[in-house]
Amino acid sequence: MGRWAIAVHGGAGVDPNLPQQRQEEAKQLLTRCLNLGISALRSNLPAIDVVELVVRELESDPLFNSGRGSALTEKGTVEMEASIMDGPNRRCGAVSGLTTVKNPISLARLVMEKSPHSYLAFSGAEEFARKQGVELEQNDYFITEDNVGMLKLAKEANSILFDYRIPLKTCSAGAAAAMESPLQMNGLPISVYAPETVGCVAVDMEGRCAAATSTGGLMNKMTGRIGDSPLIGSGTYACDLCGVSCTGEGEAIIRATLARDVAAVMEYKGLGLQEAVNFVINERLDGGKAGLIAVSRNGEVACRFNTNGMFRGCATEDGFMEVGIWD
Amino acid sequence: MGWAIALHGGAGDIPPSLPPERRLPREAGLRHCLQIGVDALQAQKHPLDVVELVVRELENHPNFNAGKGSVLTTVGTVEMEACIMDGKTKKCGAVSGLTTVVNPVSLARLVMEKTPHIYLAFDGAEHFAREQGVETVNSSHFVTPENVERLKQAKEANRVQIDYTQPIQKDEKNESQIADGDGDSKLGTVGCVAVDRNGNLAAATSTGGLVNKMVGRIGDTPIIGAGTFANNLCAVSATGKGESIIRGTVARDVAALMEFKGLSLQEAASYVVDECVPRGNVGLVAVSATGEVTMPFNTTGMFRACATEDGYSEIAIWPSVQK
Repeated sequence: MGRWAIAVHGGAGVDPNLPQQRQEEAKQLLTRCLNLGISALRSNLPAIDVVELVVRELESDPLFNSGRGSALTEKGTVEMEASIMDGPNRRCGAVSGLTTVKNPISLARLVMEKSPHSYLAFSGAEEFARKQGVELEQNDYFITEDNVGMLKLAKEANSILFDYRIPLKTCSAGAAAAMESPLQMNGLPISVYAPETVGCVAVDMEGRCAAATSTGGLMNKMTGRIGDSPLIGSGTYACDLCGVSCTGEGEAIIRATLARDVAAVMEYKGLGLQEAVNFVINERLDGGKAGLIAVSRNGEVACRFNTNGMFRGCATEDGFMEVGIWD
Repeated sequence: MGWAIALHGGAGDIPPSLPPERRLPREAGLRHCLQIGVDALQAQKHPLDVVELVVRELENHPNFNAGKGSVLTTVGTVEMEACIMDGKTKKCGAVSGLTTVVNPVSLARLVMEKTPHIYLAFDGAEHFAREQGVETVNSSHFVTPENVERLKQAKEANRVQIDYTQPIQKDEKNESQIADGDGDSKLGTVGCVAVDRNGNLAAATSTGGLVNKMVGRIGDTPIIGAGTFANNLCAVSATGKGESIIRGTVARDVAALMEFKGLSLQEAASYVVDECVPRGNVGLVAVSATGEVTMPFNTTGMFRACATEDGYSEIAIWPSVQK
C-alpha cells in the first residue's frame, strides 16, 4: 500500500494588503476542502473521485474564482472552464464556455467518461450538460456583487489595459491592472477580487494520481477566451508519476506547457517531484507569474509559486498538513 | 544548417488501394503547397510567415480536412480550429469553433499578435474575426458534397459509437473509427513546420475536426503541446486521433525528449510515435533548428511532403520502401 497525499489551491498572486478577515476566510475554506479530501482518501476513494469532490466544493463556495464567484467577461457574464485528468491511462476531460453548469469540473468528468471526445466547449458543452442532467443554475447565480463591482472598476480605470487591440506585456490583465492601481472598492484594493483559479491534486493509497482545475477565467476577459485551466498539459496534467494543477498567468502557463513539464522532467530527466516543480517554476516561465501544486505516486506533495503568495493547502498520510497564503 | 520544411494533410487508415482519382489530386495539392513553402523560404521569409502561408493554401484546398473541405459535425455544420506557434519566442495563438472564417490559421495568428490572450473560441472568436476584418464567407462555402456524403455514411455506420447517451468503452475512445467510407480524409488535419537558415522555427496546424463530431468538440489541433508546438529546438505538427494526441501531449513531448533527454529530432519523434501513442493513432511532421526533418507515423499512411536546403525532397502517403 502506498501513501496518500493531497494539495489544493485557490489561485496564485495575492494582494499584499489582503485584509486579515479575508485571509482567514480563505484559509478556512482551504482547510475545509483539505479535510474533505483527506477523509475521502482515508476511506479509499480513488484519487480521481477525490479531486472532483474537492474542486466541486471550491466551485460551490463563492470565495475563489470558479463556479459561483467566477470572474466576469467584458459583457458581465460568466464563462467557466475546467479540466480533469486521471493518471492511470491518462484519461482526461475538459470543458470551456459554460454559463449555466453549477459544477464545471463534474461536466469535465462526464466528457471524459461519457463522450467519445476529450473536450467540449460553449453551446455544445451546454447541450451535453443538459443531456447528462447535471445541476444547472441561471447565469446570475454565479455572479457575485464583488465581481460586478470589480468589473466596473476594471472597465472604468483600465479600459486601455483591457482593450485587446493593444497587446499587453503581462496577460493576467485583472491582477496586473489591480496591482498597479491604487483603486479601492469597499475600502479594499481591487485585486482582492481578482483571484485566479482553483485546483486539487491527489494520490491515493493505490498510488493513483489525479488532477483537476476549474476557473471563471480573467476579469473583463473577451468572450470566447480560453485560458490554461482546461488545457491538458498546461493547467492540468496527471500520469502514473504525478498529478499537477497550475494557476497564474494563463498565457505563460500555456507556452510553458507547465503541468506536463513537471511530469516530463521527472520522466525524461529523472528528477524528483520537488526538484521538478522547482525546475519548471524557475526555468520554464520566462518571466511569467504562476504557481502550482503537485503530488507524486510515492505520496510526496510539492507546491511552488513565483507570484506574491498563493492560496494553498496540502496534507500527507504521515500527518503533515499545511494551509498558507504567503511564502 | 539550412532551411527545411515539412507539411501534412492528415494521417490515418488510408487504404493502399486508394483509387488514383482520390490520390492524385491530393498528391498534387501536397506538391503545390510544398513548392509555395520552399519558394517562401528561399525568399528568406520568416518561418512563421511560411507556415501560415502554406497552411492557408492547404485550407483552401477542398481535398483536405481544413478550411474548405472541413468535415461536418453531427448536425451537418462546420466547426474549424487552428493553431500557430513561433519557436524562438514561444508566442502562440489558437482558435476553435469557427464557422465563417476562410483561413482559420490566419485568425490564430491574429489572436497571437493582436490580443492579450492565446486562445479564442466560438462566438467570441467569430466576433474577433469581424473586428479584425479577415475574410469570412457564408458557412455553406466550406461544405463539400463529399463531406455531406461522408457524414451520412458515418451516421448510418456507427450510430451507437457516436451516441454519447450510450455507454462507450472506457479506455478505447473510438474517436476516429467512425466513418468506414472512403477512408482517405476522415482523420484529416493539415499542418506545416519550417525552419530557416538562422534556426528560426514555427509550426501551424488546422482542421475541420472529426466527421460526425459533437457540436462544441475541441480536438488536439488547437491545443499547444498536443497538436502543435515549437520552441528553440524544434517545431512539431501532429495529426491523428485527437484523444490520444491530447493525452500523449505529443508535440510537446517530441521537444521535451530533445530538451530533457538529449535525443535527436528523429529519435525523439520516433520515440513518441512508437512508444507513447497506440498504433494507428498518430502521425507528425517535425523540423529541428539545425535543419533536420522527420515525418513518422504509426497509421497506415500519412499525406506528407518535405524539402530541405540541400536538395532533399519527398512527397508520399504510405511508408517509404527503404527507411
